[in-house]
Amino acid sequence: MADITNTAHANRARAASENPVKRFFRATEIDTRLLGMVGAMLIIWIGFNIMSGGLFLTPRNLWNLSVQTASVAVMATGMVLVIVTRNIDLSVGSILGFVGMIMGVLQAELLPQLLGFNHPATWIVTLLAGLLLGAAIGALHGTIIAFLNVPSFIVTLGGLLVWRGATWFVTSGRTVAPMDATFRLMGGGTEGSIGFTASWIVGLIACVAIVATIINSRKQRKRFGFPQRPMWAEYFLAAVGCALVLGAVAIVNSYPWPVAIARRYADANGIEWPEGGLFIAHGIAIPVLIAIVVGIIMSFISTRLRFGRYVFAIGGNPEAAELAGIKTRWVTVKIFALMGMLCAVAAAISTARLNAATNAQGELDELYTIAAAVIGGTSLSGGMGTIAGAMLGALVMQSLQSGMVLVGIDTPFQRIVVGVVLVVAVWLDTIYRARAK
Amino acid sequence: MTETRTPLVEMKNISISFGGIHAVDNASVDLYPGEVVALLGHNGAGKSTLIKILSGAYKRDGGEILINGEPAEINNPRDAKKYGIETIYQTLAVADNVDAAANLYLGRELRTPWGTLDDVAMEAKAREVMGRLNPNFQRFKEPVKALSGGQRQSVAIARAILFDARILIMDEPTAALGPQETAQVGELIKQLKKEGIGIFLISHDIHDVFDLADRVSVMKNGQVVGHARTEDVTKDEVLGMIILGKVPPKAIPGPGAMQVA
Repeated sequence: MADITNTAHANRARAASENPVKRFFRATEIDTRLLGMVGAMLIIWIGFNIMSGGLFLTPRNLWNLSVQTASVAVMATGMVLVIVTRNIDLSVGSILGFVGMIMGVLQAELLPQLLGFNHPATWIVTLLAGLLLGAAIGALHGTIIAFLNVPSFIVTLGGLLVWRGATWFVTSGRTVAPMDATFRLMGGGTEGSIGFTASWIVGLIACVAIVATIINSRKQRKRFGFPQRPMWAEYFLAAVGCALVLGAVAIVNSYPWPVAIARRYADANGIEWPEGGLFIAHGIAIPVLIAIVVGIIMSFISTRLRFGRYVFAIGGNPEAAELAGIKTRWVTVKIFALMGMLCAVAAAISTARLNAATNAQGELDELYTIAAAVIGGTSLSGGMGTIAGAMLGALVMQSLQSGMVLVGIDTPFQRIVVGVVLVVAVWLDTIYRARAK
Repeated sequence: MTETRTPLVEMKNISISFGGIHAVDNASVDLYPGEVVALLGHNGAGKSTLIKILSGAYKRDGGEILINGEPAEINNPRDAKKYGIETIYQTLAVADNVDAAANLYLGRELRTPWGTLDDVAMEAKAREVMGRLNPNFQRFKEPVKALSGGQRQSVAIARAILFDARILIMDEPTAALGPQETAQVGELIKQLKKEGIGIFLISHDIHDVFDLADRVSVMKNGQVVGHARTEDVTKDEVLGMIILGKVPPKAIPGPGAMQVA
């Protein structure tokens, strides 16, 4: 106990000599880097909003932005683990394409013959088959990397070509459509959103979870007599967390169904069409919900489970991890299998959204996924990165892209801007890290 | 050397080669409980390689290892840990990017009943062990990268003693340390010795280890030059063993001893 009191003294002494801003960040333990990214994103949003004459920061655009981000955000969470262990996966776009195509063929051509058209089990059988296939492809890549010692860059570069070719081969280049009606919900749209009431319920559950987490961590630290965060900082974090969640729910709940669809819905359900039109809110889109759940699970895996600890230890010092008795090769196989599975989730989202499986699906997605992870603070030299950062990175990339479309910038310039932003972002990050040391 | 007790560790006729080069050739060393044996030799003499076979980092080509008189099968670092063999490597094998507690428990994490990491319990135990080793250590929340050489060393040592090691291997334990920290490590070795732990100290500098060791074993070109009790030989005689392979009268010559006509 004696030395813990000493720490408290030392901390107080140190705190007294700091300016209020530093003290605030130390007390709340907010990641300043993440905060910087949020700041950059807000600048992008406000900039596009002004340039587009107020079209960017509308519920409709923000809702669309969230749906467009989902697929890459899901894959970026896995890419973090891959890059943290000093590997790279260039094949995610092609795996997405191949798994998407297989899932398309399964639900549009094979399962209707077996189960009957629009059978309620079609979507789940399809999704499970896709997840299994994705995991198998990832595990294959991982095994070659870990046990045959071929560099991941080469293995996945090969995978990029192989699986794109395989996608083409499956249907000889033909597009497969339409998707199963239930499966399609995973892609969003008016049907694929959970609606007004359910969205508020999800929001409230999230708030309760935030508060419970803060209380629990405080209790744990108290049990062992560790230094605590000041009380005001706890309240502040809880308030900001809940405000963000409820704010996001309020935005998606103020985006109504298009008039035509709302009128059809009213007719079908015998609802009288009111004078000013019927307001039915979209609520949270299902793909966004999937991405959020994936993000939470992946954060849990990377910070709370032994597997995640090993991933970061291997990234920090592969030799030390091996000497500590970690089965580093198996961890590598598992990471790539997990990445493959996430590609399958992303494939489900994007085929459902497009309502078709095409042989160009997911092209260039590997680059956007890597860019999202890197902009989100994942270090290519290994050992550093967060899931939340990568998802935010995906949102920044998508904001930039859809913003430029909204403002009407030509396609060639869009690519030029995205490329320049990527390089500048990583450069700024390098400066930040050098300073932080 | 005519002890009747069973040695804690006996490595008999160990050989290993890398691409035709005999890094260790027919080497035998032993270690008794509560004893410090210094393994000396030039850089490249094979001492680190020999000891890495004991800690499971390398797999031997020939020879056998006995722990408490019984043959032991050591194929990887996990096996070695099962026999209570803990190693502190010259390169301070710590994962730089995670904090002290995570490093202490790396590979043997404490978990809650739900199978998640019990970080709080690990931190509590880490505070306890580090408090014993290095009472000034307070930076539990920072990645190990941010620590000084001595602090990193105490993390590495704490990791070894945390799991009740019976056999401790220290590869150049003081190479990265200042004089005060070196003295601390010396104190620690004496304390561990009292607890009956057998310690292999590996060094290329006899001044580091001569006063701490009970016996020395000297290696040269992958072979054992000889063994001697530190009370029977002088530093200069040991230097002669290291440099020339010349075995003094009171030492026991090994296969690598200089052949005197």
